[in-house]
Amino acid sequence: MISLAGRDILHGWGKFLFTGLGLGLLIGVTLTMAGVYRGMLDDGRMQLDNSGADLWVVQKDTLGPYAEPSSLPDDSWRRLRTLPGVAQAAGITYLTMQVQNGKRTVRTMVVGIAPYGPGTPGWPRHLVAGRHITRGHYEAVADLGTGFRIGDRVRLRRHEYTVVGLSRRTVSSNGDPMLFIPLSDAQQAQFLKDNDAILEQRRRIAANPVLGRPTVVDAAIESQTSPHSVNAVLLRLAPGARSEEIVQTIGRWQRFTAYDRDAMGDILIGKLIATASRQIGMFLVILAFVSAAIVAFIIYTMTMDKIREIAVLKLIGTRNRTIAGMILQQALALGLIGFVVGRISAGLATPLFPKFVLLIPLDSFIGFFAVMAICTVASLASIRLALRVDPAEAIGG
Amino acid sequence: MNKKGIVIRGLRKRYGEGETAVEALRGVDMQVAPGEVVGLVGPSGSGKSTLLKCLGAVIDPTAGYMELDGEVIFDDGWKVRDLRALRRDRIGFVFQAPYLIPFLDIVDNVALPRMLAGVPNAEARETARELLQALDMTHRIGAMPAQLSGGEQQRVAIARGLVNHPPVILADEPTAPLDTARAMAVMRILQDMARRFHTAVIVVTHDEKIIPTFRRIYHIRDGVTHEEAGEGRPLDAS
Ligand SMILES: Nc1ncnc2c1ncn2[C@@H]1O[C@H](COP(=O)(O)OP(=O)(O)O)[C@@H](O)[C@H]1O
Ligand SMILES: [Mg+2]
Repeated sequence: MISLAGRDILHGWGKFLFTGLGLGLLIGVTLTMAGVYRGMLDDGRMQLDNSGADLWVVQKDTLGPYAEPSSLPDDSWRRLRTLPGVAQAAGITYLTMQVQNGKRTVRTMVVGIAPYGPGTPGWPRHLVAGRHITRGHYEAVADLGTGFRIGDRVRLRRHEYTVVGLSRRTVSSNGDPMLFIPLSDAQQAQFLKDNDAILEQRRRIAANPVLGRPTVVDAAIESQTSPHSVNAVLLRLAPGARSEEIVQTIGRWQRFTAYDRDAMGDILIGKLIATASRQIGMFLVILAFVSAAIVAFIIYTMTMDKIREIAVLKLIGTRNRTIAGMILQQALALGLIGFVVGRISAGLATPLFPKFVLLIPLDSFIGFFAVMAICTVASLASIRLALRVDPAEAIGG
Repeated sequence: MNKKGIVIRGLRKRYGEGETAVEALRGVDMQVAPGEVVGLVGPSGSGKSTLLKCLGAVIDPTAGYMELDGEVIFDDGWKVRDLRALRRDRIGFVFQAPYLIPFLDIVDNVALPRMLAGVPNAEARETARELLQALDMTHRIGAMPAQLSGGEQQRVAIARGLVNHPPVILADEPTAPLDTARAMAVMRILQDMARRFHTAVIVVTHDEKIIPTFRRIYHIRDGVTHEEAGEGRPLDAS
């Protein structure tokens, strides 16, 4: 027996290929969407991995430092460092800022890293160019995504920083590229108010009758303008240390909350990304429906065009199964063309996206079977139509 | 020999029920011997297509008796179980329009019923080529149906009807769209093939050009047939 589906496709290959191409672009969008989602997950995971931390210590009862604001004294690390099982501790600040790069404004996450050298939690682990920060002030390491090059000058608030090193895939869970600067500079940028605000505040405090004496006024001003806070303290544990015990110990101190990697992953990927993934999930559902509608429509019209031939085929003794198989094979072939075109176009399109898009084989695999399932479902109406064709129609009136 | 060919006795077909019922066939008697080509002639609405559909096993008669190639296929409500296989193996169809499968070349169009019967592709194509050769279509082998003229398409359709060497061929106005010369050529082919393969052929027609070529004609009117001798004009003189 010859393949009726194959011959029919070859006969009308132009229309078929064109439809397959259109479907392929739609599937490409779908795969890219899945890639965007995977990219978001990966960005979240990157932020966890890049921090190099085993435990995150944040302000009590907050989901900081990524999902909620968190602030704690910057000397907290000293006491945390003394806990049994803690190998390293370092304060860190995170501040999302718009940074000017030439004419372009780049949304970056400015990370203030403690001055204890490479390997300190929070530091970029690998540089692709240049060197780490060595001076205590006004040096920066930038992610490639910021577009900065070594030697560039970056202005953050009141100061200029020189880019001395470049890192790769150091991004926030939002996908914003990071800019690493010394902790004390970052504290200034984050917690220090600008001159006008300081003057205004100083005037208000001085006018407050409760704080009458000059020394109290000075102390109050100092306490409100001093940049002695960090957003979190990152801990690295000694080999064999039990992180749950340490988390509980820190919790019992009352002043802090600690998260281990799993818990932080939950906050970052689970909570931050949950709505985004639902959003993208909705898109995928809609695209699946649109794809199904397109395949169903094309296969249906192709079947409608063949009613007479189907009647003749039935009259000369073709099995219903053979006719159903012909239509199903055509739908699957359309899906196959669409999938191949879609996978290729997604692969070509992902580098053009501003944020990280990650195409993983699992998604292609799932996508392939989803497309095949959609095409099967989409062919059902046409198969029903074909099976209802009366062979008597071939004889006519 | 008497048992072969087509035997129809008292065949009735009613469409619908009650008030709106239409008695399309009211007791048709017909007999066609192997190798014989008979004409079935009648005005529009007389029941020709209905009779062909009953014989072609695509609709069920209401009552009567039908026999193809010595096998009873319908007897007062009883009928052969596998009508699809019956159509495939025992009946060749030729229609007014050729109804070729547009996406198959002419060899595969002819070979298709043979392939459907389970014959390997190469063997089925061999038979198809021989048939096309016999029908003077050698020069068109490899062509697609759309590339052929109407007459050529009709010859391919006839070859398709013949490829399984069915004991019965049912042709529904096979010459209607053709000019006289081509209509005569089609009739000659049907007569040649009928003789060669001992096929019983019924040709439904109201084509004045070919009516004189039949030796026997069944006239049908209001669902009843009358047999009549035809002129049996020889075809070779055309
Ligand atoms: N499917 C049907 N349902 C109801 N009546 C039908 C149907 N097919 C044919 N008829 C009626 O049966 C009669 C014979 O029709 P038909 O066999 O098509 O005649 P012919 O082919 O000779 O023109 C006509 O009166 C026609 O209206
Ligand atoms: Mg008719």
